[in-house]
Amino acid sequence: MQKFTTMTGLVAPLDRANVDTDQIIPKQFLKSIKRTGFGVNLFDEWRYLDEGYPGQDNSVRPLNTEFVLNQARYQGAQVLLARQNFGCGSSREHAPWALDEYGFRTVISSSFADIFFNNCFKNGLLPVVLSEAELDQLFKECEAGEGYALTIDLAAQEVRTPSGAAFSFEVDAFRKHCLIKGLDDIGLTLQDADAISSFEVKARAARPWVFNALAR
Amino acid sequence: MAGKTLYDKLWEDHEVTRRDDGSSLIYIDRHLLHEVTSPQAFEGLKLAGRKPWRLDANVATPDHNVPTESVERAGGVAAIADVTSRIQVQTLNDNCNDFGVVEFTINDIRQGIVHVVGPEQGLTLPGMTVVCGDSHTATHGAFACLAHGIGTSEVEHVLATQCLIQKKSKNMLVRVDGVLGAGVTPKDVVLAIIAKIGTAGGNGHAIEFGGQVFRDMSMEGRMTVCNMAIEAGARVGMVAADDKTIAYFEGRPYAPTGEQWAGAVAYWQTLHSDNDAVFDTTVIIDGSTIAPQVSWGTSPEMVVPITANVPTPADARDAVQRSSFERAYEYMGLTAGQAITDIYLDRVFIGSCTNSRIEDLRAAAVVAKGRKVASSIKQALVVPGSGLVKQQAESEGLHTIFIEAGFEWREPGCSMCLAMNADKLGSGEHCASTSNRNFEGRQGNGGRTHLVSPAMAAAAAIAGHFVDVRSF
Ligand code: SF4
Repeated sequence: MQKFTTMTGLVAPLDRANVDTDQIIPKQFLKSIKRTGFGVNLFDEWRYLDEGYPGQDNSVRPLNTEFVLNQARYQGAQVLLARQNFGCGSSREHAPWALDEYGFRTVISSSFADIFFNNCFKNGLLPVVLSEAELDQLFKECEAGEGYALTIDLAAQEVRTPSGAAFSFEVDAFRKHCLIKGLDDIGLTLQDADAISSFEVKARAARPWVFNALAR
Repeated sequence: MAGKTLYDKLWEDHEVTRRDDGSSLIYIDRHLLHEVTSPQAFEGLKLAGRKPWRLDANVATPDHNVPTESVERAGGVAAIADVTSRIQVQTLNDNCNDFGVVEFTINDIRQGIVHVVGPEQGLTLPGMTVVCGDSHTATHGAFACLAHGIGTSEVEHVLATQCLIQKKSKNMLVRVDGVLGAGVTPKDVVLAIIAKIGTAGGNGHAIEFGGQVFRDMSMEGRMTVCNMAIEAGARVGMVAADDKTIAYFEGRPYAPTGEQWAGAVAYWQTLHSDNDAVFDTTVIIDGSTIAPQVSWGTSPEMVVPITANVPTPADARDAVQRSSFERAYEYMGLTAGQAITDIYLDRVFIGSCTNSRIEDLRAAAVVAKGRKVASSIKQALVVPGSGLVKQQAESEGLHTIFIEAGFEWREPGCSMCLAMNADKLGSGEHCASTSNRNFEGRQGNGGRTHLVSPAMAAAAAIAGHFVDVRSF
């Protein structure tokens, strides 16, 4: 997993509440059996005027010039400003894969849906929760002038604005540790293999029916 | 000390270790897999040279991509016309064969939507932790399970370690008291709950559905309600176990028998919140006030009773919701204040893991019997949730009722719930759908979804527009 320490990046504002994972990456692209290739179809239904399908040449598709990510001033954005309940809907990890591949390293919102939030951390993407008031301020500043960039400092748990204001955010210690070090969850969990095995011995005695062999 | 909630009990019984930072390793009893969210997880295992921790915890079935037309379906995987879908279903077969995972393949009578299949086979049992790379895994909470959706990295994590790293959620009780009116179904109850608490209302919480209405509800109905907990923002929705829960599993293929059965029942009887349990949040609804519901907008909280009108911007609770309303009017092609009964439909879809079980098909058939689908309806689909549901429905003659009324009777799968196969809406088309999500484009690019119960969907198919099934 890629590490996340401190980054400064251009900000793109997506001023909509309840952006769901069907919007982030529509289902037709979920037919892929790979982990890559989703970035070009991020927000496909908003980004393009026609209906997208997997494997097509996206460079010739008509763009929706009104959609924020298609505006010249937001090209190369690495920070996505979003509204409440971002990432609601399905559990598809293709959503963080698409955001990451497009180039976003962090999404800032006032709240996230639980599964999406969790999936971000597995992919080196940092979801940052700020208050509504702080978010309002960032949206205003971002829309006011071109080239608006924010610094996200995970170690200090701070978002810093160009004018020097700093907003702190919460992050769970274990997730922070994994992101900063770029650690693989599975490897870490397997360090507890003995504990898992002894749990199984206990659980098997208490609830043997859970452990029955499955015949085909 | 206060008593424990059902969630507290399930959590404690599955906690392997707790770390200093407050996260826990939670043991997973049952892992269900389907073709869309598993390929990258199996690939990850292979690349790392890892083996599944406990093979017998895993069961797979393809559902999202499978064709539902009988001719295409009859040819099995090789006959799936859409190449990318075919590769995905074939990849599931290959992975299950390579790793030795039990799979109910495309034309096995036990195949179906993963959340219908698990309980039907007795693979989901009360008190289990159940996960699947699919957000509607909350469905299994109907059996007093701790069940929730996970992402693909977690699918790989469960395969490799049989555990998940979790932080405990808060406890929320949604209590629906009283008795439901005639024509009011579990789907209406859950839509009314989401309308009340909002799509983020349950974020960070495990919801327990309690109260008389859920005690009176069938297991199928409880599954419908728990299925949509995720639409209220909660990964977990649960109902306490009772005699109905236990009776449901008697004789199921993978349910315990003999001495094991007796032990299981004794344990299952403890699966309820203690009387003095404390919930972080409690919501109380009077069940007798719930009418049949219809979603008008593009979020599952944009729901009103059939007797109401499309809300106006003035009805929004804040500026953010007002702007969502305005976007939704435009996307849905509706006018603020128009009557719900004036919404005309192009297609009707009866199916999905929310409403494709036998009880749902019976409720729709009662309405369809002896009537005809309106000529203005382009297509009305009935898609059973599994091969066994289809077989049961056919033995009761429900398929004949549907076909005579002008519905299409299909093979089991997710179908038009998310339109990954050929079943989808055209741009601008309105659909009365028994599924769970009315997001923009969910049922096809530009499609307009209205969430309703099976009875309301059948009535809308006959009338051509929404009608109150209570006076139908
Ligand atoms: S029926 Fe719909 S919601 Fe249910 S698992 Fe299939 S796609 Fe998901």
